[in-house]
Amino acid sequence: MDWGGIFADAVRTAIGVQAAAYALTSVGLNLHYGYTGLLNYGQVGFMLVGAYGTAITADAGLPLFLAILVGVAAAVVLGLIMGLPTLRLRAEYLAIVTISMAEILRLVARSRPMEGFTGGSFGIKGFANAFYDLNPIPSGDYGFWEITFSSRALWVMTVGWGLVALASLFIWLLIRSPWGRVLNAIRSDEDTARAVGKNVFSYKLQSLVIGGVIGALAGTLIAIDAQFTAPEFWDSVVTFFAYTIIILGGPGRIFGPILGSVIFWFLLGFTDQFLREAIHAGWPVVSLLEPTDIGAVRFALVGLGLMVLMIYRPQGILGSRAETLVGDR
Amino acid sequence: MNQPTTPARSVLGDVEPRPGVAKPDPILVADGVQRRFGGLSAVDVEHLEVQRGTITALIGPNGAGKTTLFNLLTGFDRADAGEWAFDGTRIEKKFAYQVARTGMVRTFQLTKALPLMSVLDNITIAAGDQRGEHFLAALIAPLWRPQERRIAARAHELLDAIGMSDKADDLAGTLSGGQRKLLELARSIMAEPSLVMLDEPTAGVNPALTQTLLTHITDIRETGRTVLFVEHDMDVVMQISDWVVCMAEGRIIAEGPPRVIGADPAVIDAYLGRHHGEKHLGEKQ
Ligand SMILES: Nc1ncnc2c1ncn2[C@@H]1O[C@H](COP(=O)(O)OP(=O)(O)OP(=O)(O)O)[C@@H](O)[C@H]1O
Ligand SMILES: [Mg+2]
Repeated sequence: MDWGGIFADAVRTAIGVQAAAYALTSVGLNLHYGYTGLLNYGQVGFMLVGAYGTAITADAGLPLFLAILVGVAAAVVLGLIMGLPTLRLRAEYLAIVTISMAEILRLVARSRPMEGFTGGSFGIKGFANAFYDLNPIPSGDYGFWEITFSSRALWVMTVGWGLVALASLFIWLLIRSPWGRVLNAIRSDEDTARAVGKNVFSYKLQSLVIGGVIGALAGTLIAIDAQFTAPEFWDSVVTFFAYTIIILGGPGRIFGPILGSVIFWFLLGFTDQFLREAIHAGWPVVSLLEPTDIGAVRFALVGLGLMVLMIYRPQGILGSRAETLVGDR
Repeated sequence: MNQPTTPARSVLGDVEPRPGVAKPDPILVADGVQRRFGGLSAVDVEHLEVQRGTITALIGPNGAGKTTLFNLLTGFDRADAGEWAFDGTRIEKKFAYQVARTGMVRTFQLTKALPLMSVLDNITIAAGDQRGEHFLAALIAPLWRPQERRIAARAHELLDAIGMSDKADDLAGTLSGGQRKLLELARSIMAEPSLVMLDEPTAGVNPALTQTLLTHITDIRETGRTVLFVEHDMDVVMQISDWVVCMAEGRIIAEGPPRVIGADPAVIDAYLGRHHGEKHLGEKQ
C-alpha cells in the first residue's frame, strides 16, 4: 500500500478546484440555511444558471466577464422567481419549489428544443479561453512532494479560493451587522421579527438572492475549470453535498463551509484512492469489490462518518453547542 | 416624556359603561371586525374604541376571541370583514410589520423569546429605523456603528429596568418563562410604540414577579403610551386597568371601569353561567 500516495491524492482533492467550488456554493447555501433558516433544496439550480448563463453568453462571442455577469443576473432572476411566490408561505413551500425548479432547469437544459441554445445533453465546450489567457502563472508544475498542480490548475484554484475568501468576508460583514441580526431573528422566530416591524419577506428574499448569486459563481467556476457545462453536472445530489458540507462544518458559521468542504473532499479523495489500492493489493473483504463499486462505497463510508459526527457533535465541527442545547426549549 | 397634567384616563369617568361606547380621544377605533373559522365565529366586534393614554384590559373566558382579535388588529391574521384605524390611519390592509412600524406593537400569549440570540440582541432587534438593517449600508460599519451604540445603550437601560443586566450576553433560550415575559415586554418598549398590546403578560409568572411586571406596565402608561392587555386574573385587572372590555363568544358583551365590570351580571354570567350544570373534569359520568 502506498500510504503516502493515498494521502497526497486526498490532499490534492481537498484543496482542488472542486473543493473550492463546493465551499463557495456552500457559503451561499449557509446564508440560506445556516443564517436565515431557509430550506433551499435547489442550490444546484443557481449553479446551473450561473454556468449556463456564462457559457451561452461567452459561446455567443461576448466577453467572458460580461458572460459571468449574465450568469449572476440569471441567478438574481431565478431567486426572485422562486422566492416571490413562496417566501410569504410556510417554509416547506420554498423547499418544494427549489428542488423542483432545479430539476426542471436541468431537464430543460438537456431537452431537444433547447439544443441550439444549451447544446442539449452534449453541453457547451471551450468557452473560457479568455480566462486562461489571463493566467499570470508561468507554465510548469508547482507544489512539493507528491502534491503538485499544473500552472493551469493553480490558476483556477487561486481564483476559486480567492472567491471563497471574498464571499466569506462579504457574508461576515453582513452577518455581524444589524442586517444579520434581523436574519438571526427570522431564523429564531419569524413572528417576533414581524411584531417589531421587520419586513421578514424582504429579508428572506434578499438572503435567497445573495446566497443564490454566490451559488451561481460556484457553478461558473466549475464550468470554467472544465471548459464545459452539461446537464449531468447539475444533478440534485450537488445540493445535498453542499448540505453535507454545511452540516459537517457547522451551520451558521463563517468558516463552516470552508472546513466542511475541505474535509468532505479529503474523505472522498482518501477513501477513493484507499479502496483502489486495497483492491489492487488484494486485501480481504475489500477485494470483493469491483473498481466500479468504489464511487458508491466511498459515499457510504462518508455517510457513516457523518452519522458518527451527528451522534457525538450534532452542531457540526465549528457549530455552537450552546445553541443546540437551547434549540429545543 | 412628561406625565400629562390631566391624565387622559380621568376623562373616562364620564364615559357611559356600555359595549361599543365612544371615547373622548381614541387611539384605536375598530368597526365590524369579523373572523370565522369554519362555522365558528371567533370574532364579531361591532365597534371598539381604545382611549389614548390609558390601560385597557381585555377580558373574557377561554376561547372568547381575545387573541384572535389581537391577531387581526396587528395584521397577523386577516379579517373576513371590518375596518380599523390607528391614530387616524386605516391599517386593516397593512402587513404585520407595517402595523408595528406605525406604532402598534404586540406580544404573544405563548411568549416568544428569540432563543438563539443573546438577551441584549433580543431587545436591540426591536429598535426602529436602523441604518445597518439596509443591505448595502450593513457592509459599511461606520455608517451604523454610532446608531448601534445608542441602541445598545438604550437596550441596557431597559435590561436594567427589568433587572436582567447580568444576563445581557446569555442566550435568551436559557431564560425561564417569567424572565421571557419580562424580556418580551422590554423588547416591545424598545420599538417605541404608542400602543402596546400584551397578550396575557402575567400568565405563568409568580406573584412577586407579577407585581414587578405590573409596575412596568403602569410605567408604560406614565410615559404617555397606551396599553391594551389581555388578562384572566381579575385582581390584576382591578389593580391596574382604567377601563375593561369583556368579550365572550367573539362579541364585546360589556365595557366599563373595573369596578362596574366586576359587578356586571353579563360578565359574571359569561365566566360562570355557561358552566353551570357542566360536569367537572374527573367527575363520574
Ligand atoms: N387558527 C384557528 N383555527 C381554527 N380555530 C381557531 C383558530 N384560532 C382560534 N380559533 C378558535 O377561535 C376561538 C377564539 O380563540 P382565541 O384564541 O382568540 O381565544 P382567547 O379569547 O384568546 O382564549 P384564551 O383566553 O384561552 O387565550 C376559539 O374557539 C378557538 O378555538
Ligand atoms: Mg388567548
